[in-house]
Amino acid sequence: MNTLPLWASIPATLFLIISGVLTLTGSLGLLRLDRFYSRMHAPTLCNTLGITLVLLASALVSSALLERPIFHELLIIFFLFVTSPVTAILLMQAGVRRDPRQPVSND
Amino acid sequence: MMDTLLIWAGTFALFCYALAFCFAAARLILGPTPQDRVLASDTMYVNAIAIVLVLGVNFATSVYFDIALLMALFGFFSSSVMAKFLYKGEVIQP
Repeated sequence: MNTLPLWASIPATLFLIISGVLTLTGSLGLLRLDRFYSRMHAPTLCNTLGITLVLLASALVSSALLERPIFHELLIIFFLFVTSPVTAILLMQAGVRRDPRQPVSND
Repeated sequence: MMDTLLIWAGTFALFCYALAFCFAAARLILGPTPQDRVLASDTMYVNAIAIVLVLGVNFATSVYFDIALLMALFGFFSSSVMAKFLYKGEVIQP
């Protein structure tokens, strides 16, 4: 493996470590919090940021390897930023609808 | 030198993602309500995308990108369809 330049490898290393810790925090929150409404916060916030950082690291490394700027990874970042709130909103609506303590009228 | 550090950071991130995947799987098994299980499977697919991308960084190839894009697409569709099913009881309303 040829050596990467420093401007790519130092931010990629930092992004990978921060992203691993963030994703672990998000999934630990999913396991540890006690209600569904609290559990909703942890993965939707932390996992989106974690996967953004790992995609930035991947874009940096492949740009340094191919010696030209690579923008493919921004496609996944854009896609996740668009679709993750949609899934969260749909799940939250389903959770409120199925909550036995607050009945919502069936229209 | 920095390549070694990058590969070790990738290994650390891979360990973190695998642990996060196990936590999400535990919530998928334990989860008291169906929407908890759907949320856990949503978290699991995001973690799986991260695992695939970190493998692509560690092996210094770009072929893993297409797999990650496909997984993002299918994961979004499956999660939103399951949430829609939990919301109304059917996926497409007449």
